[in-house]
Amino acid sequence: MFDKTLAELASGLENGDFSSVELTQTYLDRIKAEDSKYNSYITVTEEHALAQAKAADEARAAGNASAFTGLPIAQKDIFCTDGVKTSCASKMLDNFVAPYNATVVDKFNAAGAVMLGKTNMDEFAMGSSNESSFYGPSRNPWDTDRVPGGSSGGSAAAVAARLAPAATGTDTGGSIRQPAALCGITGLKPTYGRVSRFGMIAFASSLDQGGPMTRTAEDAAMMLNVMAGFDHRDSTSMQVEVPDYTADLNQPLKGLTIGLPKEYFPQDLSPAIAMQVQNAVKEFEAMGATVKEVSLPNTALAIPAYYIVAPAEASSNLSRFDGVRYGYRCESPVDLEDLYKRSRGEGFGPEVQRRIMVGTYALSEGFYDAYYKKAQQIRRLIKQDFVNALNECDVIMGPTTPHPAFKLGEKTSDPVAMYMEDIFTIALNLAGLPGMSIPCGQTEGLPVGLQIIGDYFAEQKLLNVAHQFQLATDWHKQTPDGI
Amino acid sequence: MEWEAVIGLEIHAQLSTNSKIFSGASTAFGAEPNTQACAVDLALPGTLPVFNEEALRSAVKFGLAIDAEIGRKSVFDRKNYFYPDLPKGYQTSQLFYPIVGVGHVDITMDDGTTKRVGVTRAHLEEDAGKSLHDEFPGMTGIDLNRAGTPLLEIVSEPDIRSAKEAVAYVRKIHAIVTSLGICDGNMAEGSFRCDCNVSIRPKGQEEFGTRTETKNINSFRFIERAIEGEIERQIDLLEDGGRVVQETRLYDANKNETRSMRSKEEANDYRYFPCPDLLPIIIDDDYIDVIRNDLPELPDARKARFMDDYGLSDYDAMVLSGERNLAQYFETVAKASDDAKLAANWVMGELSKMLNQNDTEIVNSPVSADQLGGMLVRIKDDTISGKIAKQVFEVMWHEGGTADQIIEAKGLKQVTDTGAIEGIVDEVIAKADKQVEQYKAAEPEKRGKMLGFFMGQVMKATGGKANPGAVNGILKKKLDALCD
Repeated sequence: MFDKTLAELASGLENGDFSSVELTQTYLDRIKAEDSKYNSYITVTEEHALAQAKAADEARAAGNASAFTGLPIAQKDIFCTDGVKTSCASKMLDNFVAPYNATVVDKFNAAGAVMLGKTNMDEFAMGSSNESSFYGPSRNPWDTDRVPGGSSGGSAAAVAARLAPAATGTDTGGSIRQPAALCGITGLKPTYGRVSRFGMIAFASSLDQGGPMTRTAEDAAMMLNVMAGFDHRDSTSMQVEVPDYTADLNQPLKGLTIGLPKEYFPQDLSPAIAMQVQNAVKEFEAMGATVKEVSLPNTALAIPAYYIVAPAEASSNLSRFDGVRYGYRCESPVDLEDLYKRSRGEGFGPEVQRRIMVGTYALSEGFYDAYYKKAQQIRRLIKQDFVNALNECDVIMGPTTPHPAFKLGEKTSDPVAMYMEDIFTIALNLAGLPGMSIPCGQTEGLPVGLQIIGDYFAEQKLLNVAHQFQLATDWHKQTPDGI
Repeated sequence: MEWEAVIGLEIHAQLSTNSKIFSGASTAFGAEPNTQACAVDLALPGTLPVFNEEALRSAVKFGLAIDAEIGRKSVFDRKNYFYPDLPKGYQTSQLFYPIVGVGHVDITMDDGTTKRVGVTRAHLEEDAGKSLHDEFPGMTGIDLNRAGTPLLEIVSEPDIRSAKEAVAYVRKIHAIVTSLGICDGNMAEGSFRCDCNVSIRPKGQEEFGTRTETKNINSFRFIERAIEGEIERQIDLLEDGGRVVQETRLYDANKNETRSMRSKEEANDYRYFPCPDLLPIIIDDDYIDVIRNDLPELPDARKARFMDDYGLSDYDAMVLSGERNLAQYFETVAKASDDAKLAANWVMGELSKMLNQNDTEIVNSPVSADQLGGMLVRIKDDTISGKIAKQVFEVMWHEGGTADQIIEAKGLKQVTDTGAIEGIVDEVIAKADKQVEQYKAAEPEKRGKMLGFFMGQVMKATGGKANPGAVNGILKKKLDALCD
């Protein structure tokens, strides 16, 4: 049962093959038995899940079931959950229980979903390997000596290890797509403003976006149907109509124009990854798509611009964690300054502290124009690059990451090398565009991700393209050994 | 050396919206600590601000009232600093693109001269909470009820040259925001407070001296005293060969002095940047026109109307038109008494004196406008004299009641019965041989002034209740008869 997709589980529930309680119990048992290998959950909400499952079964019996009723999912531990700890994988929030749900959580509840638990992540979503979690790193089910990627590494690992059929993630610079690529699953970062950020603990407000992490594009469409939509509690969410994302999955791709940005195939790209991506593109050509080279000339500026904008916003967003009202407070502070310094010094891990310092510096008097303002100008250039490229093609494709999953500890001592892992994903957040990663091959037994980028609010197109690929190939069906 | 003060003011006016600027929590004053702070005000993780458009309308009203440029695009910025009563670790404000741009107000001084004071800008921002140091020995309490209350910060040009001008300017701004109904103007509750930037320079010098900022002064009187004191302090410093340090100072009303709070060296780098959780506010001419067409009467227009409709002098009209509540009070009294001049005298005289002495706002006056108006009617119909009216007013203030009830209960009705007055006049004249002789000996044209003594005696004998006009006539008639 646990190897089924969301769509398959939905039919199983509808046909009465199994109940939501049975299904939920299956996953809870698997988590109990297997998760010590992957550390993909921070909190498992067993009682809560079984209560929701029972309610879902009752709703179904009463004839009140909708598409999502009774389906279990995992929530990234960045989404606030009423009455359940929301830690953001930080010591700072190890004791924090929100008195409200994130809008995304509310929406899943309203849809009748079952929450299995809260998944591991990089602390405050800052990282590309899950190694900055206060609860220890999550591990890649394809090779537990390797990282699952980050920051939504726990969600990716849980889905890849079949410890949840689907999970939520958030993506600030690649945090959905990169772990999806490294764990061989499907991840979608929607257009900025598509999914409400209310109750999603902010890392960099102008870049953060929640999205689904699933086995298939079809499942991602089902998830996005629940997650998307305007929220009056989030001023940056957009009043754009929410289509049925499952409706257009089967549109043929004949006539689709795929743009390949030459900057996404640099000299030093792993040849194995380049080859898998090229093979995937050939697969689309076989379906009637045409391919052309496009250019995103400012790609090289994306990482430096990102590492100004994101830390700057983070330095301000994380000021509220001051030991005064909630969260971690140091022992016996002698005065206010001591309270601040030690609560924050002890409550935040090194990567979070590094970014707060970088961001504080970038916003300082005298540096604002040189850093933050300049980065915003670069951001506009990057956005224009994409607009220009998307005038010439329907979707842009390229590798999601420059390398497959790396080993735990391999890049922790070199932050810049770690940052470079996001080279292909970061620009999209700066532009606010939607992007997906789907499995498109393997190298040395590790999954390779294909990134598909579309125009603003073109999630339907991305899902259609990804679904057609998954009908023609079975990379998304590969299962790590021992599952 | 002759010194000149250069003063610029920052006024924080709390906007009278029902809910906070970025959350749905109530803004009502005086609730139990932390009962009016929701998850957004507490800055719980994941919460986001949603802008309250009522605050925008208020700001636009103010901009129109001071003839200012209205920002078609205004942007919220974050002002970052740590303080326990600042839950998010930043204050959401507007630095680069304020909602209200350059404008001006005209102030009138006591001597009737007028002066134009520039307003640099006015921007929207959120208030912080309150730190309570006294209630918890050895600890600090935090009350976040006020956190997120909308403020309009109104920044003047450094056009002001004296404490008196500063007060006239603050009164004018106070009059405008209360007339617009966008701020209750309650200074005691902190709804309207003022930061004073003061520097001095040798008269004639162009360049500004080093300034100090005295923060959060919450009464007109304190503003005047704080500025006067600060000017004096700076002059003394410079004349003794010292220098003024750029710093933030606090005004201590008990000691009537300012003292240093923090110097610039300790000042924060606020790291302003545009708030990514809020979209820029874009408004168009239609939006502004709708508000313009709905503006209430402003103090300058009201002043003109008071002069035209009630025949008030320039000065009286200015004083009475300034505050909306005062103006309404005056108009009610004027209508009830049908005598605007008398109403003006009483409102600006006895009533204002009592309000000042008791540190009471006009809205809380124990004597209502109708009560006062009713009393003035009794002055006009000769039931009581102006002098007795002061006694009636005194009783009204302390014990309540209508003028008629008080006059009745205290037996203050004026004696207008000429027979009774004549009897008393005869007695007084009979007992005052010396004064009568002097009266008779005086030149006829000087006799009028000598009536005062007899008048006083009659009033003393009647407990002040005799109608002064009647007494005057009878006295004159009887004394003049003795002279023939």
